[in-house]
Amino acid sequence: MDIHEYQAKEILAKAGVGLAAGAVAFSAEQAVYAATELGGWRWVVKAQIHAGARGKAGGVKLCQTYHEVREAAEGMLGRNLVTAQTGPEGKPVQRVYVEVADSFEKEFYLGFVLDRKAERIRVIASREGGMEIEQIAKDKPGSLITVIVEPAVGMQPFEAREIAFRLGLNIKQVQGAVQTILGCYRAFRDHDATMLEVNPLVLTKQGRIIALDAKMSFDDNALFRQRRIADMHDPAQEDPREAQAAEHSLNYVGLEGNIGCIVNGAGLAMATMDMIKHAGGEPANFLDVGGGASADRVATAFRLVLSDKNVKAVLVNIFAGINRCDWVAEGVVKAVREIDLRLPLVVRLAGTNVEAGRKILAESGIAVHAAESLTEAAALAVKVAGDARSIAA
Amino acid sequence: MSILIDETTKILIQGFTGDKGTFHSREAISYGTRIVGGVTPGKGGQRHLDRPVFNTVKEAVEATGAEASITFVAPPYCMDAIMEGADAGLRLICCITDGIPAQDMMRVKRYLRRYTKERRTMLVGPNCAGIISPGKAMLGIMPGNIYAKGNVGIVSRSGTLGYEAAEQLKALGLGVSTSVGIGGDPINGSSFIDHLELFEADPDTHAVLMIGEIGGPQEAEAAAWIQQHARKPVVGYVAGLTAPKGRKMGHAGAIISGEGDSAKEKSAIMAGYGLTVAPSPGELGSTMAKVLERRQAA
Repeated sequence: MDIHEYQAKEILAKAGVGLAAGAVAFSAEQAVYAATELGGWRWVVKAQIHAGARGKAGGVKLCQTYHEVREAAEGMLGRNLVTAQTGPEGKPVQRVYVEVADSFEKEFYLGFVLDRKAERIRVIASREGGMEIEQIAKDKPGSLITVIVEPAVGMQPFEAREIAFRLGLNIKQVQGAVQTILGCYRAFRDHDATMLEVNPLVLTKQGRIIALDAKMSFDDNALFRQRRIADMHDPAQEDPREAQAAEHSLNYVGLEGNIGCIVNGAGLAMATMDMIKHAGGEPANFLDVGGGASADRVATAFRLVLSDKNVKAVLVNIFAGINRCDWVAEGVVKAVREIDLRLPLVVRLAGTNVEAGRKILAESGIAVHAAESLTEAAALAVKVAGDARSIAA
Repeated sequence: MSILIDETTKILIQGFTGDKGTFHSREAISYGTRIVGGVTPGKGGQRHLDRPVFNTVKEAVEATGAEASITFVAPPYCMDAIMEGADAGLRLICCITDGIPAQDMMRVKRYLRRYTKERRTMLVGPNCAGIISPGKAMLGIMPGNIYAKGNVGIVSRSGTLGYEAAEQLKALGLGVSTSVGIGGDPINGSSFIDHLELFEADPDTHAVLMIGEIGGPQEAEAAAWIQQHARKPVVGYVAGLTAPKGRKMGHAGAIISGEGDSAKEKSAIMAGYGLTVAPSPGELGSTMAKVLERRQAA
């Protein structure tokens, strides 16, 4: 799960990380009020969306007057901001962050990630702040400083000191940097984060080390014990269909193709999409209905898949383990009748009670193309989707 | 032979008396698996499915001589259950639970390393379908009847895609020595390489089918290991050719987040290290059949 920059900064502030003074605003009036309250003579107004590369897209504005703050906020709020990371529709800006602007001398990169290879928390830092980490790794690989944290004891002050000295800071600045690095580590560990990126971390003219930007992602599996993080969830930043799917604890990812997929199990769902592609078609979505595919869940899955208007055919592929094919077949029949499905439907059932399931489908009277194997199912789906399109044309 | 489990392996169920534990224990028992008891803290002394229930894994191990367990314990308590099993000296723990926090798994992996390699617990999963040695024992949630007994080893991240492979093999008259699910989480208890090593040493396994997914470095590491160490042929497949970057595809670990994470890259790496890559998920069985024919002819 992702959160906004201002929310990440709230978390980091509590962990002792140095920050500039700032406040969130939901309207232009609030933004101006925030600027007056914060004091100072220059402010940065930043659009709050779950994506980076905001600066180049006009989502970060330096303002010298309250009037400029108002204009900047008005220009961002209520619109979709399109950046290099959002996709063509962009993300809606419903709040802005107003921060006192400081002059700074140096920019650094500081990142924390749960590293799958090391199976530990990896800390990455570089003198080359402000660029994306992928770019730093490509252009200045020698500048990367890495620490892998021993989970039994956690990150130690000497590890933070090593990073700070290698960033080229003097002894006075190192103290602030150590506090910030260890604070970030604690925030990461204590909130079950999977990623924390401070880019840039800056050294101000006054010699303070502050996190100028902050990005955090969290482990969905840990939200049960991170209620405060779970409450920061902003559904407006998500694809509406994916948000709806999540409400029904279904996994859905929308894609560009025209064959809607309803599958049990994440691996089989990906393989079904691969098979469609192999057969010359394009899948419209990833959808894992999960282990307990009841009739209601199957019906919900159909509604989700069909809410994508590009869909020209539906492929149901269920390999029943915990499920039973007869239950799934009943769910399919019920869903098709309730929704009054007009699109061609291909169903492939396998596993527990497969014969009973096939019989239910055959005797139901609904129009269904039955397939025995994955290969046959994908080929059929591609064919009927193509037929449906040529009829429509 | 087979790897990890057979008909003699004495097995405990952690989370024995819950709905899932009960359902799958019953299935495992009817398959012929040697379930010797279970653990549910607070229910020690009771009997469940005609087997004893214990408060702690240590008591259960002392009383039954169990050497392996399967855990259905809910995510908030699962890290604790795995550590308890390891501390009690279990050789093998198979964790079905889906939804364990990644930092918990990081701590579990660190904890398992406190034991020397000879004494160290093998953890399979979490978030996996389990292990089956067809005709001998089933330590998982798979439909047992789709597996024929035979000489192909399967190691797969995904549960249902592993079923798909077993069914394709069976349709071609090929059977399975053991099938292992390593799970769809970002941090797995055991890796592809851990199981490839065991298959390599198992005389009844003639070839291995390795089924991966997008995300993480494991498939590439396994492919490099195979080129160096494996004498048995390995057929590979990586699911998720059509998956977009940065989107989590159902499994917590199935996300393309950096270089080398995509199915295309991983397949190319596998082919580069000399594996036979199945051209599509519909040809897992037929690709394996061809490889075995070639091996026999040679």
